Parts: sequence; C-alpha cells; structure tokens
Amino acid sequence: MAQQPILSLRGVSKKFGAVSALTDIELDINPGEVVALVGDNGAGKSTLVKVLAGVHQPTSGVIRYEGREVTMDSPAAAMKLGIATVYQDLALCENLDVVANLFLGHELSPYALDEEAMEARSWTLLQELAARIPSVREPIASLSGGQRQTVAIARSLILNPRIIMLDEPTAALGVAQTAEVLNLIERVRDRGLGVIMISHNMEDVRAVADRIVVLRLGRNNGVFDQTTSHQDLVAAITGATDNAVTRRMEKHQ
Amino acid sequence: MSAPLDRADSRVRHDDSLTGALRSFVDRVKSGDLGMLPVAVGLVVISVVFSILNPIFLVPNNLVNLLFDCATVGIISLGIVCVLLVGEIDLSVGSISGFASAMVGVFWVGQGWPVLLAIAAALVMGGAVGWVYAQLFNRLGMPSFVSTLSGLLALLGMQLYILGPTGSINLPYESALVSFGQTLVMPPAVSHGLGLLPGIVMLIAGQRRRLRRGKANLSVPPLGGLVTKAAVLTAALQGAIFYLNLGRGLPWMFGLFVLLVVCLNYGLTRTQWGRSVIAVGGNREAARRAGINVRGIYTSAFVLCGTLSALGGTLAASRLASSSQQAGTGDVNLNAIAAAVIGGTSLFGGRGSAWSALLGIIVIQAISSGLTLLNLSSSLRYMITGAVLAIAVIVDSLARRSRISHGRG
Ligand SMILES: Nc1ncnc2c1ncn2[C@@H]1O[C@H](COP(=O)(O)OP(=O)(O)OP(=O)(O)O)[C@@H](O)[C@H]1O
Ligand SMILES: [Mg+2]
Repeated sequence: MAQQPILSLRGVSKKFGAVSALTDIELDINPGEVVALVGDNGAGKSTLVKVLAGVHQPTSGVIRYEGREVTMDSPAAAMKLGIATVYQDLALCENLDVVANLFLGHELSPYALDEEAMEARSWTLLQELAARIPSVREPIASLSGGQRQTVAIARSLILNPRIIMLDEPTAALGVAQTAEVLNLIERVRDRGLGVIMISHNMEDVRAVADRIVVLRLGRNNGVFDQTTSHQDLVAAITGATDNAVTRRMEKHQ
Repeated sequence: MSAPLDRADSRVRHDDSLTGALRSFVDRVKSGDLGMLPVAVGLVVISVVFSILNPIFLVPNNLVNLLFDCATVGIISLGIVCVLLVGEIDLSVGSISGFASAMVGVFWVGQGWPVLLAIAAALVMGGAVGWVYAQLFNRLGMPSFVSTLSGLLALLGMQLYILGPTGSINLPYESALVSFGQTLVMPPAVSHGLGLLPGIVMLIAGQRRRLRRGKANLSVPPLGGLVTKAAVLTAALQGAIFYLNLGRGLPWMFGLFVLLVVCLNYGLTRTQWGRSVIAVGGNREAARRAGINVRGIYTSAFVLCGTLSALGGTLAASRLASSSQQAGTGDVNLNAIAAAVIGGTSLFGGRGSAWSALLGIIVIQAISSGLTLLNLSSSLRYMITGAVLAIAVIVDSLARRSRISHGRG
C-alpha cells in the first residue's frame, strides 16, 4: 500500500497500576478503511480507544498522526487532530438537552449561541441516522438507551473528523437503527475517513470491516479480513481452538 | 414547505396554546423540575403572614429598605450560584466580603487611596482568593468545602489584622459610596423607563427568535403568547415600581444587583462558557471528553464567586457606612448560600440560574425584615433562617430524587 496511514501506533502500552491493560500494541488506520477491533471482555479495546481519544495517556509507545509523532494529552487535543469518539459509556451530560449535548464544546457562535441553527442541524443529523427522538429539547436523562447511543454517534459527526472511533455503537440499537449505523459507517468510509469500530457482533463486523484486528489480554492477536472463517476468528479471540464457542457449535451439529 | 423539523414525531404533544403551556408546566413540576415555583409560593406566604402580623411590612418604605439590604448579600449569592452550578461550594464568601469591606475602609479612609482604587484592590483580592481555591481543587484535588473552610478562618484573621486594635473604621457619610449604599434612589422617570426595558427586550428577542426559527424550518411559537407575556411582565414591573415610588423609590444599588443578575444570566444561558459550566456540573468526565477545558471552567467559577463576594462586601460597607470586625460574619455566609438554594439552584451541580440569587435573597430578607418588625431577637431569626434553609435543601433533594425516578436526570 502506497498511501500513508492517518494514524499509526507502535509499541503502545498502558498500565493501570499493576494491571497491564495494553502491551505493545501495533495498529495502522488508513483513510477510507474500516478497522474492526474485536476481543473478549476486558481485552483492552476500550482502553485503546481512550488512549487514541486523549482520555488516557499511554505509558509507553509512539502514536503517529499522518506521519508526525503526536501526544494527545487531552480529549480536546485529539479532537483538534480530527479524531472523534463514541464512547462505550456514551459520556453525555444528562442534565443538558439533545442539542446542547450534540454541540457541547463546539457551540455555534460562542458569545451569542445560535440555538436555531444548532437545533436545525441536530434534526437533520438525527434524521440521517433514522433516529426516533421525539424532542431535541428534552434532557438526555429522559431518552432510552438506544436514543442516547444515536445522540452519541451523531455528536461524533458534528466536527467533520478524519477518524471516527465507535466503541460498541450498535449494542443498544434496534434493527433499523443498526442498519443505519452500518450504512453510515460505509458512507463515511467512502468519504475517505478512517473508521475504528468495536463490536461483539461478528455479523456486523463482517458486514463492514475491511480488516479485523484481534486483541487478547491487551496484546495484538492477529489481523484478519472478511474471508477468515468464523472458527479461526473465534479461536483468535479466545486464544484456543478448543473453546466454549466451538464446543457449543459441535454439540448443536 | 414541509412540516417543521421538530414536528415530525406524532408521539409528542405540542403545547403551543396558553392552556398547553400551563399543562406542560404542571407536567414539569410533577416530575421534579420545580424551577422557581417553591420560591414564588414562599414569597406569597411570607408576605401574607407578615403583613397580617404587622401591617408595616408591606409599606413602600419598608420594601425599599428591603431592596437596599437585598443587594449586598444578593451579589454574594450570585457568586455562590456560579460555584454551585459546577457542583462545588465556597463557604468563605462571608469572610471574603468582610475582608473586602475592611480593605476598602483601611485603604480609602486609613491610607487615603482614591476610593475606586481601594475597591479595585478589594475585587482583585476576591478574585485571587477564588483563583487559589481553584488551583487547590484542580491541582491537588482538595475538596472545595475543606479549602474554603480554611479560607474562611484565614481571611477572617486577615480582616481582624488589617483593621487593627480599634476594629472598626467609619466611612465618610457624605461620600458617594455611602450615599450609594444608603440613600441613592432612581428618579421616578428613570425607574419607570428602566421598567419598560425587560418587556421591550423580551418582545424584540422573541420576535427575532421566531423569524430565525421560521427560516431554519423549525416550528414557530405563536406571537400572541409572546405579546401576552411581555405585557404581563411590563404591567407587573410598572405596578411594583409605582408602589416603591410612593416611598423613597427604587435604589440604584438594587439596580446594580439586577444588572449583574441579567449579565450572569446571559453568560450562563447564551454563551459557550455558560453551557460548559452546566455541563461540568452535570457530568465532569463527559464535559472533559467533549473537549471542554474543565479546569478553566472551575477556575472561572471560583474567581467569579470570589470577585462577586468582594463586591458584595464593598457594598455592605457602603450600606453600613463602616468597615468593622463584624462585617461578613454571622449569617452572611449562610444567607448567601441559602438564597441560591431557595431560589432553585441545586446543591448537586448542573442545575440553576442567576435569577435564583435574586428571588432567594428577597425571600431571606423578607423573612429577616418581617422578624425584625416583630421585635424578635436575632437568636430567633437565626433559628428561623436555618429552618428555611433546611426546607429549601429538603425540597432540592426530593426534587432531585423525583427527577431521577422520572428520568430527567
Ligand atoms: N481506569 C481503569 N483503571 C484500572 N483498570 C482499568 C481501567 N480501565 C480499564 N481497566 C482494565 O483494563 C482492562 C481492559 O479494559 P477495557 O475496558 O479496555 O476492556 P474492553 O476490551 O473494552 O472490554 P469490553 O468488551 O467488556 O468492553 C480490564 O482488565 C480493566 O479492568
Ligand atoms: Mg469496552
């Protein structure tokens, strides 16, 4: 591949006290590519996303953005580079309404908020995501789990980022909304953005991912693509060919 | 043109009419979003009870005095609103105000500085104290109630120190500062003119908003409601001003207080800074991940609180025509905090408004004035004010619980 990755990680590690959440992670994100990050619970996927979002600082390792070495010491720094994140825990302010959450930190006309433009933009964005949100002027606390997730996804698109990271974006979504999010992932990929998607749903992963990166116990455990068989993928995720998933499948055959 | 963007969902009841607005208000209150309701009810009850006990309570000149008294602690309470909104507290506002009043006395009367320079020094001191609290909080993670509690004592010490053994400095009676705090009232023409402003601003801003919403293909609230609201507001204000003008008239100091409330309200509701303040108070980590400079927001809140407290202290000195060891002690702290909470600013952060300081302090001063008229000793006044604060906090806690169970955060 001739083109330069937008983001590349070399030997990135993250320790929380005695726990090594990430060890020597290598990862490249190219423009116009969807990378799926998969792994068991506690494999370190969310930690990796948070490191790239500037929420956590890596203990060691190098992060390059378009070839330049960067340190992202705050979420604001990562956003400035064009990295947008949908967190697993969504990170919304429950006391603010939908519009305020979508534009939080990036309000239009900071000294005399342009509420009308922000509200109109919110509605169009939410319609693109087939969101079923009755009112954008209600506090987030009154929304359902899936509605909140849609708001979090919509928020990542507000800033026209170069890379979008989605940590289990479809976990709480209905059928139609999941399809819209997958469509959206393909649309932003076609616009040349890099996408990192975390999901436990192998169907979703296979549907959109160009590459599947497996993490296991905080380490790289192989890179696969859509042609990889289900068994091999499961083996990489669980770390053994003889595992609970294959045993179940054999039992049911 | 197609249906407005925000009217596509058939599940939502849209309360455009007057009865509709009333209905959505009742819904909000039921779900624990009380806003200004408790304080409005409280004011009516207080006025009725005290005017029955002593008819002098509602005499225009007593109300004028009440407004003079409101301004000093009210401005301090405005600072408290800022720190409460980010979910923190400043327990030393009384001491800051006392130290500020002492500084004005010592520098202006004692050292012969120009009065404005002395006031500026006091305000800078207040801001600096707030900045120190913010640094202790941001860098060392020191809980604000601990740092401000130690600040309370330290600042009180400084106040006593600079006042020296005499302990009290009288401010010159004929000075502008003292007449501002004691006698200066607006001429009727000015107060009636200023009383027209809110209605006019409401009309212009509302009409502008209607046009912009129409252009953005959003639903447009009816013009009738806007005009009605502005008319009712103007009539109420003009009536109140007329009544006050039967006495001495509307104090300039109260005007300054209202101006500050309006400015802070604009900052909190219409600027990015205000949005960030509310966000930090609601969910600090979410605010940080949204790219907000959380430490900067805490710093701005504490600095603003310190500065406003110092301004309140300066005005208290002008009100009493003296800087004394008693300034800022006693119930000043608690009244300032109680006013914000009574007015509807939550102790739990992320919820409240600048208006709560205005309404809350009127309630507190009304109680205090009513009890004074009944010749009750300050021991009883303290107990009653304490009870009112307790009630306000209970209402706040219950409302919060109800909001959570109604899914309104
Ligand atoms: N803030 C933290 N402090 C201490 N340990 C942490 C912290 N965040 C994560 N960890 C640890 O790091 C490891 C990886 O966690 P992470 O959240 O990245 O897993 P994950 O792959 O996202 O799992 P899941 O699929 O359940 O979301 C876990 O063992 C977790 O306990
Ligand atoms: Mg996770």
